[in-house]
Amino acid sequence: MAPPASRRTGYSRKAQYSVFTGYLLAALGALLGLILLAVSFYQPGAFAPLRGVAGTVAAPAGETTASVRSGSQDIWASINGFWHAGSQNAALREELEIARVRLAEAEAVAAENARLKALLDLSRTEAKPVAVARLVGSSAASARRYAYLAIGADKGLVPGMPVISEKGVIGRVLEVAGRATRVMLLTDSESVLPVRRATDDVVAFAEGRGDGFLRIKLINLGLNPLKVGDLMVTSGAGGYYRPGIAVAVVTELQPDGALARLVAEPSATNFVMIEPVFEPVAVKAAQTPPERTLAEENARTSGATQTDEAAAR
Amino acid sequence: MEQLNPRSRSDRYGSRINRAPSPLRATSVPYLTIMAGSFLPALLIADLMPLAPPLGFLMLLGWRIMRPGLLPVWIGAPLGAFDDLISGQPFGSAVLMWSLAMIGLELLEARFPWRGFWQDWFTASFAVTLYLIAAMVTSGAVLSQPLLIAALPQFLTAVLIYPLLARVIAGLDRFRLTRTRRLA
Repeated sequence: MAPPASRRTGYSRKAQYSVFTGYLLAALGALLGLILLAVSFYQPGAFAPLRGVAGTVAAPAGETTASVRSGSQDIWASINGFWHAGSQNAALREELEIARVRLAEAEAVAAENARLKALLDLSRTEAKPVAVARLVGSSAASARRYAYLAIGADKGLVPGMPVISEKGVIGRVLEVAGRATRVMLLTDSESVLPVRRATDDVVAFAEGRGDGFLRIKLINLGLNPLKVGDLMVTSGAGGYYRPGIAVAVVTELQPDGALARLVAEPSATNFVMIEPVFEPVAVKAAQTPPERTLAEENARTSGATQTDEAAAR
Repeated sequence: MEQLNPRSRSDRYGSRINRAPSPLRATSVPYLTIMAGSFLPALLIADLMPLAPPLGFLMLLGWRIMRPGLLPVWIGAPLGAFDDLISGQPFGSAVLMWSLAMIGLELLEARFPWRGFWQDWFTASFAVTLYLIAAMVTSGAVLSQPLLIAALPQFLTAVLIYPLLARVIAGLDRFRLTRTRRLA
């Protein structure tokens, strides 16, 4: 298609100036973008409030599509179930027998656990979830793996809280706005999670690879003790996640660890729980520079908040 | 005349007598559809790999290529800022890249004023491939081989969806210019 003749300026000063201004503004826009990008790199949270406003506005649409998504999953599940009903029935019956035995065993273990904890005078109640929400969207066109929730600071969410589905870990709260939250999924290439093997104490880090797999990097190198099919659970190190939540299943061994597949895939979940940070003290300690003690850091931050309050008054 | 051919006094935009395109519709449709394109991928749950093509950028390219002169050159910055708010990219990356794309297309058009569909498709594919690579670099993701392999389907869909989007934009353009306003 030929460009319209109206864009040829000819001798008209007005037309020449408006074309020139257009180019100038475009170049300034690019420059502004460069500056904003630099700011985003050095202060990643600088534009979080803006993003929060956009997320809050976008949330209702996300709620609608999220409910449609879960509905369509149900339809597929029922069609699938129809075809596999007979063989599944037999398999399930067998599984149920085994599960009953295991359940009885687990009850015994739980009772013993309670007894031993009472002996040690340890009383940790199960963490109550801060909130339950739907995943309303994700950064599908970006190389990063974020998901969005339609709740935020109004339900008491703060950055760092673990996001968990009924199957296992989904990710961690990254940014919180009034009614929108950005969650970093485990598959993001910046996500690192301390894990251990469910059956024993083989500790490792689970890093997102960006293609849906997690890299399990063993901390103690040597003979690789992992086997295909091993379940990795959170170890509780780092203080964000409570220990013992399922994370991934090993699918392929590597010299320094393994590749693992997620247990809880965000696209297959309807609702997620947001739990409080497991050990806030540990998180704080990890963020304190080594030359300061935790007590000093506490005094410093409380002093800072006091001066802030004084300044506010 | 109407008895012989009922559409004799109308063209593809509707009746030519006593009707004019609505100014609101004629000016707002391109911007609204580009913003909708930015918004749509955010509604998908992509948990494993980048899944959706950058629809907002593709809509911008489509409108710019198919209707030269309709969008001002500087529009890349504000529309890019909107895209940045929901795309998950660091704020400023689309402001920069969309502005550069608009300037680049302007220069390209000065060089090749007459173009055909195949050349447009090539231009759009080239632009979107560059854009995806640049977006990956600025996103802050660790650029590893698995990530690049996982992103291949995104590159392919982004290139292959252009003909479809071109038809969609042509339809939207007809909708934009439909004569709906009564003059008298």
